[in-house]
Amino acid sequence: MTSIPTHHDHQPSPGDASAPGWKRYVAASHFRSAADEFDACKLGFWLFLATEVLLFAGLFCAYAIFRMMYPEAFAAGSHSLDVKWGGLNTVVLLISSYTVASSIRCAQLDKRFWLHVNLIITLVCAAAFVVIKFTFEYGPKWAEGKRPGVLFDYPYWSHPQEPIWWSVYYCATGIHALHVVIGACLLAWCLYRSVRHKAYGPTHYTMLENSGLYWHLVDLIWIFLFPLLYLIH
Amino acid sequence: MSTIPAAHDTAHGHHDEGSYLTPRGPFLSTVVAWATTIDHKKIGVMYLVAVLTMFFLGGVAAMAVRAELWTPNRYVEQVQPDGTTQSVLQGDLLGKLFKADGLGAANNIYNRVFTLHGAIMVFMVIVPGVPASLGNFFLPIMLGAKDVAFPRLNLLSWYIYVTGSIFAVLSIILGGVDTGWTFYTPYSSTHAAGHWNVVFMILGAFILGFSSILTGLNFIVTTHKLRCPGMGWFDMPLFIWAIYSTSIIAVLATPVIGITLLLLIFERLFHVGIFDPAMGGDPVLFQHFFWFYSHPVVYVMILPGMGIISELIAVHCRKPIFGYRAVAFASLGIAAVSFIVWGHHMFASMGELASAVFSFLTFLVAIPTAVKVFNWIATLYKGSIAINTPMLYAMSFLFLFSIGGLTGLPLGALATDLHLHDSYFVVAHFHYVMMGGTIIAFVGGLHHWWPKMFGRMYNEKWAMLGCALVFIGFNVTFFTQFFLGTQGMPRRYASYVDEFQFLHQVSTVGSWFLLLGFLVHLGTFIHSLVAGPKAPPNPWGGLTLEWETESPPIEHNFHHEPILKHGPYDYDTTVPPHYDPADYPLDTTTPPHDSGH
Repeated sequence: MTSIPTHHDHQPSPGDASAPGWKRYVAASHFRSAADEFDACKLGFWLFLATEVLLFAGLFCAYAIFRMMYPEAFAAGSHSLDVKWGGLNTVVLLISSYTVASSIRCAQLDKRFWLHVNLIITLVCAAAFVVIKFTFEYGPKWAEGKRPGVLFDYPYWSHPQEPIWWSVYYCATGIHALHVVIGACLLAWCLYRSVRHKAYGPTHYTMLENSGLYWHLVDLIWIFLFPLLYLIH
Repeated sequence: MSTIPAAHDTAHGHHDEGSYLTPRGPFLSTVVAWATTIDHKKIGVMYLVAVLTMFFLGGVAAMAVRAELWTPNRYVEQVQPDGTTQSVLQGDLLGKLFKADGLGAANNIYNRVFTLHGAIMVFMVIVPGVPASLGNFFLPIMLGAKDVAFPRLNLLSWYIYVTGSIFAVLSIILGGVDTGWTFYTPYSSTHAAGHWNVVFMILGAFILGFSSILTGLNFIVTTHKLRCPGMGWFDMPLFIWAIYSTSIIAVLATPVIGITLLLLIFERLFHVGIFDPAMGGDPVLFQHFFWFYSHPVVYVMILPGMGIISELIAVHCRKPIFGYRAVAFASLGIAAVSFIVWGHHMFASMGELASAVFSFLTFLVAIPTAVKVFNWIATLYKGSIAINTPMLYAMSFLFLFSIGGLTGLPLGALATDLHLHDSYFVVAHFHYVMMGGTIIAFVGGLHHWWPKMFGRMYNEKWAMLGCALVFIGFNVTFFTQFFLGTQGMPRRYASYVDEFQFLHQVSTVGSWFLLLGFLVHLGTFIHSLVAGPKAPPNPWGGLTLEWETESPPIEHNFHHEPILKHGPYDYDTTVPPHYDPADYPLDTTTPPHDSGH
């Protein structure tokens, strides 16, 4: 492919290839300054986060309506969830939120080692969340027949609308788990860029900051999902 | 700040030669350069081509719908040569074309064709049409910027649009869907024919949503962050205000249809039961979700059209727009009200109080909309009106959109809606708004900005003839449908009683004129590209920033970062840049603004 240079191509400052990536970073030329670019990227990302909130708003709305229609089914379904695993996952995500915030602070202070340590802890937490979700929550429940919709096959159900509860449960937590995986991929990409190119430092950490924001959102949604799903009385 | 243009001038100085359209290299590398471009102008042109392709597909389906309705689908008793009578199926034009067996199958084909028309025209033409093509091309230039805030994301949006469209076309090739473009449950989740057809069509709409969100997000950030020096919020052209308001709706409403369509796909594939009444689910919940997106999106469709009309009227009657701030805030007002009126699509399934509240809220939309229409008319008053194609389209818009808007009121009122809902009155109403509004504005805007986009003038006489044919054809096609609706012709039927046949046939004849009009435009545009005279930088004497650069614009839009020194419509005080009065003969006998002030 013949690459045709355009005005968007970055122009690394010449003769200084050994400098870390964040020092060599030049803002795209349609912005007046790197600060303008950073602000634009953050505004764009906050808008994107708003769309994510609205996406989950649909699920929360469906939850509210069906809980109002079938409170007993929701109570019965909720009782068969294990608060211990849900609680553990909440703790795991809260820890990861702290470490991702620390990693951004480390980038601002140019502490690359601790930036990497924090990101690795975050990624381990993300993996732990997904593993707990699938091996200790989805797995056993699916095997017992507690499945969504027509797949529901649990012989000891106490309310005819329990399949709806499981549909809401699997849709909400499943879409959330997908977001955990996407967030972990973003942070893993940040880790790679930081290790390989020393990409983030005091003057340039846009991608890391936005990935961190995404991770906080994923965390925040779980903070709402956990009591709504696990703590119904 | 002045160092930035200097830096790129030295680095890429050779690019200042020629426009963004100038091929740089052999054919294949030019194609690759277009496919990987992050230049908003090329992406705008790519969107234009993609949208017009889908418009053609949706148009073919529309012509098929009208042709089918020439005669009703029904069995007729015929006396055979041997003296016996036999039932013979008549009027099933599409049924015969696709070799359908019997009345049910023939009607089913009709259902698929109108669904195809609706889904393509809504999701792939009218929603992305103006913002993604003209908006992409002109929003950065009108702001005095070099590009949108996130150029790569912009290219990604285009590829997402194409991917979504491919899924929709795949669904059509597999046999299409018969759900109607609204995909109402439980029909769409359980009964509708063709399992994968439905999944692919919904998946296509789901994917297209991401394209809307990313484009909207890009435009909002661009408007906030990339206005040129000197341009405050109230120095922006009204087209930008409209695109900005549109983007807010697209960003805030589209995620809801995203989750809705995702749940519908789960429903279809795994029968999760959320929308299935047989399992305790709620099909009306789908309608609420669907219209929470799809009603605001009606304003995603119309607001950019209104933005275009503000430009066309101000430029082609050479007068400051009347009530600039009112028009700008009306855009935001429409965007705000759009989120609280969705219930008027479900009057029948809500309680009386909720219906009355939604009916009242629906009337609120009429206020900012009427503010705009009155301001446009006040702008025309004592202006130096040039009768050319963009102006004719702007006037067509005022006429058609007013009819579309006013016929919305009886549909928003509970008592009359009881009689009119799901009839051809509704079909006529939304075609007057969507086509008489958005598409007419789109085609008008295309003529207005065509010289700027492609650097060529078009033949004004042929373009005006095309406009006349479209205007006449449109009214003949759809005005008749108001009568059909009030007389009781329900929408979405392939058959009807004999009393309706005359009006249906008039409507079908109108659709042929409409087709002819668009073919004339297509010919005019192709002729312009091949043999049109070269366009001057400012053929109409406009004052917004896109007229300050060359036609077509250079790759960086401007040679130097522009500094705004005048408002977008200060015709009283400013001489238009690069303007040759010979291009635009004004009526010099009466100075335009000597009285009335």
